[in-house]
Amino acid sequence: MTLLADSPATRRPPGLLAATLVVLRKDLLIEWRTRARLNALLFFAISTLLLFSFALGAKSAVLKAHAGGYFWLAIIFASILSLSESFRIEGENAALEGLKLAAIDARAVFIGKALGNTVLLWGLGIILAPLSIAVFDLNVMLGLWRLVGIIGIGSMAISAAGTFYSAIASNARARDVLLPILLFPVLVPVIISSVGATSLIFEGDPMGQMSSWVGMLGVLNVIYWALGLVLFPRITEDI
Amino acid sequence: MADAAFQIADVSKRYGPRWALARLTYTLERGRSLLLTGHNGSGKSTLLKLLGTATSPTFGKLTILGFDAVAQREEIRRRVALLSHASYLYEDLTAEQNIVLLGRLLGVPDPVAAAKAVIDRVGMTKRADHAVRTFSAGMRKRVAIARLLLKKPDLALLDEPFGELDPEGIAVMEQFIHELKGAGTTVVLATHLIEQGQTLTDTRLHLAEGRTLEAA
Amino acid sequence: MPSWLANALLILPAGLLIAICFKRDLIEIGWKVMAVQAAIMLPVGAWLGLSWAPPEREMGDVYRIIYAHVPQVWMALLGVTLNFGCSVAYLMKKSWTADALAEASAEVGLYFGIVGVTLGAIWGKPTWGVYWTWDPRLTSAAVMLIYYTGYLAMRRFTENPDTRATWSAALGTFGIVIPVTVYFSVVWMKSLHQVQSTPKTVDPQMVFALRWAACAFLCLLIVFVYQRYKVARAALAREVAPPEALGPAPVPKGLTT
Repeated sequence: MTLLADSPATRRPPGLLAATLVVLRKDLLIEWRTRARLNALLFFAISTLLLFSFALGAKSAVLKAHAGGYFWLAIIFASILSLSESFRIEGENAALEGLKLAAIDARAVFIGKALGNTVLLWGLGIILAPLSIAVFDLNVMLGLWRLVGIIGIGSMAISAAGTFYSAIASNARARDVLLPILLFPVLVPVIISSVGATSLIFEGDPMGQMSSWVGMLGVLNVIYWALGLVLFPRITEDI
Repeated sequence: MADAAFQIADVSKRYGPRWALARLTYTLERGRSLLLTGHNGSGKSTLLKLLGTATSPTFGKLTILGFDAVAQREEIRRRVALLSHASYLYEDLTAEQNIVLLGRLLGVPDPVAAAKAVIDRVGMTKRADHAVRTFSAGMRKRVAIARLLLKKPDLALLDEPFGELDPEGIAVMEQFIHELKGAGTTVVLATHLIEQGQTLTDTRLHLAEGRTLEAA
Repeated sequence: MPSWLANALLILPAGLLIAICFKRDLIEIGWKVMAVQAAIMLPVGAWLGLSWAPPEREMGDVYRIIYAHVPQVWMALLGVTLNFGCSVAYLMKKSWTADALAEASAEVGLYFGIVGVTLGAIWGKPTWGVYWTWDPRLTSAAVMLIYYTGYLAMRRFTENPDTRATWSAALGTFGIVIPVTVYFSVVWMKSLHQVQSTPKTVDPQMVFALRWAACAFLCLLIVFVYQRYKVARAALAREVAPPEALGPAPVPKGLTT
């Protein structure tokens, strides 16, 4: 029969960190399996970026000045798609309920999924960055590592808030409309700070404003992750 | 009662405007096997979901394996397995990966080996490394049974387990129910197939509109 | 007008709100008092704002819309804050009162917010030359309105009352960060909004008229929220008739305990 050494009495369930890694690994594995979707997501973001250029008249000086804005808008729009997908897979076959019934800590689901979404958006941003630099003729005045870092903390903030809202929106009717209505208002400060910081990277920072924007992004991350950790278990439990 | 598998005390469950269960009271001793019957909409699935803590009662008190269903959910979930209409599987992972995932969450010592073993038990070894998306309904059911086997529950809740199974699958399912009973697991079986169900269980509860009509 | 009068009249709504915390039934009489007070204060307030208060140094008579614009934006913020309180209260202890009050305060707050922001835009055209500017307070108000529209949309799309209440509470709790964070993030950007005048730097008659208007709208807010709460409560009662209405449960035959 099955392995005699394993019985419910001798099992040691994973702690929060281990459970988070299980969820993260699962999500990354599924994303890898469906990597055609990732390609589609990337091309969606690129198209958005190019559409902005055409919509705004393709005057290179104007585009160059606002490149940070277009960059982050492309990421935000792509995030709606990736966040929706993140919970669509949990709704198929009630997989999220399956996790719940395996006595998983709901906070592990939140952190794991939010980290998975962060990785996705961060990767997307890193690929989009050289493209934007080429298309908008930008100079990276403050260093590539800073740019990578800003994309990272911006993605973290978007993912934390996005994971929370997507958990609710994906269960409601009109889910495609509900997620943007709820998420975009929350993301306004993230956009402002990320674009502020990114623009400084491309244009230089003579007045030393970078630390303010980074500080703001840091605070936003703390708020969103903390609120998500507290509220996510409530919204997934009491359905 | 210390040796009750579960005690339902005046439990009601509402979904929107409808009461799926209305003031139900029932107790089942450990080690028994219960046949749960009733028409569609009588509350069978809801009762199983409550017993599996997939949802909580609107009113009333529910004690499962000695634990309170609301305050001690984690404890219950480690010891109870629910075989539901939904398969709880991730479509893009393989059968083996789905089971290994469960094993990791339960804290099974060697999840990969354990997964391979239960997959073999349900006869899915040849398709173990195929994505679930390619599976038929019957195959998914078998993988769901494998999940349940991995869990080794004290209380097994089976919601229409024979649906979508071919004769070979039905045989596997019946064998599996006998094994559970043999191991002392309390079994609750909800099914339309009353004659077949009666051969597998030793007591019966019939629901109509969320209330008990008769228990025997 | 005696200068203390506006402050004195504020005691009534403020007192009622405090008293309700200790004895809930007072609202049954209280709202009627508030309705009467609003019915008196609003027309008087209109007169105060439109003619009694002196014209502004730079803007002349155009500024007078602030006596309607500013208090209503304040009421919107109060509504949102009340929604936050009810949301947290629901998460701590489930209660249909908290849920109904949350729905009422979100909707009434949204109403005042839309009116307030629209009046602000109308004021903007002659004073700044534009209907809209991306200044901190205006932006955070607009963004807040979108969010609470989404909040109400979610409520409409969710049929199960228990789920709806829990999700609303979560959204309402998270939502409080919006006005705060949006305000602070925009504040670094150039602002065209009026520098917020403190009473000391403004003509005392203007202060009086503004306080009067604020008090009048506060009475109106209480009336609206209470009535909307009653509607929400009635709708919930229809949805969640208790199981006692179904009669006692039949005792199953042959049951052994």
